[in-house]
Amino acid sequence: MKKPVLSLKNIKVNFDTMDGKVEAVKGANIQVNAGETIAIVGESGSGKSQMMMAAMGLLAANGKATGECEFEGRNLLAMGKAELNTIRGRKISMIFQEPMTSLDPLYTIGNQLMEPIKHHLKFDAAAARKRAIEMLELVKIKEPERRMRSYPHEMSGGQRQRVMIAMALANNPELLIADEPTTALDVTIQAEILELMADLQHRLGMAMIFITHDLGIVKRIAKRVYVMRKGEVVEEGDTKAIFANPKHEYTKALLEAEPTGRKAPPVAGAPVILSGEDIQVTFKIGGGFLGSPPIELKAVDHVSVSLKQGQTIGIVGESGSGKSTLARALLRLLPSRGALNFNGQAITGFDKQTMRPLRKQLQVVFQDPFGSLSPRMTAGQIITEGLIVHEPAMSAAARDARAVQALEEVQIDPALRNRYPHEFSGGQRQRLAIARAIILKPKVVVLDEPTSALDRQVQKQIVDLLRDLQKAYNLSYLFISHDLAVVRAMADHIMVMKDGKLVEQGTPDEVMLKPKQDYTRRLMAAAFAS
Amino acid sequence: MIENAGRSLWLDAWIRLKANRAAIVSAVWLAFIGLICLIGPSFTNHEFTTQYSSYVRVPPSFDAYPKADKLDQEIKEIVARAHLTLKEWKEKDGRFFVTVTAPKPIDDRVTRYLDRSDSFKDGKVETKSADGMEMTMSAAVQKLYFYFGTDTSGRDLLTRTLMAGRVSLMVGLLAGFVAVFIGVIYGATSGFIGGKTDEIMMRIVDILYALPFTFFVIMLVVFFGRNFMLMFIAIGAVLWLDMSRIVRGQTLSLKRQEFVQAAEALGVSNMGILFRHIIPNMLGPIIIYVTLLVPQVIILESFLSYLGLGVQEPSSSWGVQISQGSRNMEGAAWLLIIPSFFLTSTLFALNFIGDGLRDALDPKDR
Repeated sequence: MKKPVLSLKNIKVNFDTMDGKVEAVKGANIQVNAGETIAIVGESGSGKSQMMMAAMGLLAANGKATGECEFEGRNLLAMGKAELNTIRGRKISMIFQEPMTSLDPLYTIGNQLMEPIKHHLKFDAAAARKRAIEMLELVKIKEPERRMRSYPHEMSGGQRQRVMIAMALANNPELLIADEPTTALDVTIQAEILELMADLQHRLGMAMIFITHDLGIVKRIAKRVYVMRKGEVVEEGDTKAIFANPKHEYTKALLEAEPTGRKAPPVAGAPVILSGEDIQVTFKIGGGFLGSPPIELKAVDHVSVSLKQGQTIGIVGESGSGKSTLARALLRLLPSRGALNFNGQAITGFDKQTMRPLRKQLQVVFQDPFGSLSPRMTAGQIITEGLIVHEPAMSAAARDARAVQALEEVQIDPALRNRYPHEFSGGQRQRLAIARAIILKPKVVVLDEPTSALDRQVQKQIVDLLRDLQKAYNLSYLFISHDLAVVRAMADHIMVMKDGKLVEQGTPDEVMLKPKQDYTRRLMAAAFAS
Repeated sequence: MIENAGRSLWLDAWIRLKANRAAIVSAVWLAFIGLICLIGPSFTNHEFTTQYSSYVRVPPSFDAYPKADKLDQEIKEIVARAHLTLKEWKEKDGRFFVTVTAPKPIDDRVTRYLDRSDSFKDGKVETKSADGMEMTMSAAVQKLYFYFGTDTSGRDLLTRTLMAGRVSLMVGLLAGFVAVFIGVIYGATSGFIGGKTDEIMMRIVDILYALPFTFFVIMLVVFFGRNFMLMFIAIGAVLWLDMSRIVRGQTLSLKRQEFVQAAEALGVSNMGILFRHIIPNMLGPIIIYVTLLVPQVIILESFLSYLGLGVQEPSSSWGVQISQGSRNMEGAAWLLIIPSFFLTSTLFALNFIGDGLRDALDPKDR
């Protein structure tokens, strides 16, 4: 029988907010044994992060935790800050989701790595430095001596997350809590980081708690899993057993949330609606008023696209591969070179003015359902704005009727149209963004990572909605995503991009099952490892 | 979860602001100051220009002037001024009866000497001896109240402070409004158009920043003469620079937000994007800046008036009053303390409101 490292007993977390008390965690019991990896899964808002924050004494000022949180026979919740600090960072350490913001941009990697070592292990500067370099080697950072002098902005997201891991492990903790450590990273890097963490856990023998919403990760890394929903643990047990035989309704729903089905290719002889030949987009970096000549960056390098009516082209690639830039160039939201055609009309070199009448038929849905809706407008105002622009003669009553119709189509109660975006959930906001696009009855909709910011279950609903709309209106989609599972379910043609170039294209089966290029193979391996 | 009407960010902010007691107390105080400055001068029974030569620099008091012990001296002075000899004086039914004698017949018009004094009114002849060399005059005592005392010219400080408040608050609001109006339009245009236009527009701002403010105002005064409106223009024209910088920065970051890109993809015109999407989303920081700008303007105005470039006598502002009061600090401290209290409490209130608004409108708090 292994001894427990951390056991949470009947943890409750409450927040005092303007709308009264919010119960984030309602009495959860969780236990981690020495050298064991457990995962806590659940959708956003299930309280999984707040529970661990409470255990570490990191709750926001309006939060309050009760219960018992036993570590080495002592209750963490009853400790004062000073006492807690002898444990935090020393015996329990944490890795957060955002590698961009969890490192201080003003200090070098070396400084930030050495500080906790000096503080907790009482090493002198030379010894701390040696230890820091060892740690960087451990997390497989190349040229660790040189990297000690780098600042966070000089490193990629994956490298930064490695540094975070090095920092967390520098003091030989007994427990590592990782809060969605790979969510913000590209799939291929995600796979590398997971591999690294599994390897380190194996070698160093610490216990690990993995907080995630991605079941793929759970399957890969955790031995036991806790499923959380609305602040309660609904199911727990051995990972394999739960995946094979889920008992709770919610767990079943989570497991089935992977988007399924395929899209049939468009009917033979469907007309090409939007095409671009040899598209090139270059960005100039630097070079201001009195600066040096700007550096040119080729974001899209000679890529041709041809989208047929009723077709969905999936564009996949890592961040920075130029997939969003390509879509924006096709919509002429960015200046580009190369011939563009829309609906049989050459739109090469069209500017804002000349593009305006065509905008009605070319719509976009963006990734971030929080950022893409103006926070000072009501849902109704947001979705009808396009009508004001393109059908100025329409009466307010007629516009309202169209809004009601569009909201019904995206399955949002039209009675809610006077509410503001922040009152909707992420999935509902994305539905609003879709309603804003389809209210104009467009021919082409560019979907720029429309499901990336959403939970799996919501993702599936949005995918279903998009497919239904496509059938109903014979829409053509340009679907940009780094999530290959979603692309497989949505697209009938896939284009793989890397560094602004088209690497490979073909039907989903061709690309996913028989990838020709090495890069595509790596992408597929990372995405479908399980 | 919430009522059907929808709760806008403004309503959210208002709820948060209401919870901030300091901000609400400040808002009430500011409203009170504004109200008394507006209607107060009609109820003080003094004109702000009237000089009471008998009551120069009297301290604040709730008692009426003249005071009984002063009256004897006052009457003696009046009689002496009229080249008469005082025989006796007495008080009866609120009227004063003064009996005077003279070596030659007394003219009836001497009652004017009584009227001319600030203490008496309604002087008339009661009795006159047959030879005309002894006369009894009577006059009502004119009761005057100086709750805040009087200044060095014998003018009621309460009335003057309230009148000065009108000027200070008006300058603050009007010049603040001018600065915000120009600053928002200029900054938003510059940030939104971007590129070369932005460069040029911001360099113009840089040049204007480089102009020494005092020099600029003196130049305006030399060209256009001394004028109250000129001060608004001068202050407004200088303070919009900060505003335009702030607004431009906000615009640049808002411009890259996805909802602006979405509007662009919808085909919304530049004006539509600017007025429907960018400016409404900047209102939070703008409002906060205004509450910080108004005190700044009030202080600038007092500085200009101190230099003799702003408000001129007999008009006044809190800044002018403070500078006058500071010269009479010894012996007449109320001349400094009272306007200072009004000015600082107003500035305090504005700053507290600004602080409360910043907390209420800060989206990071959410």
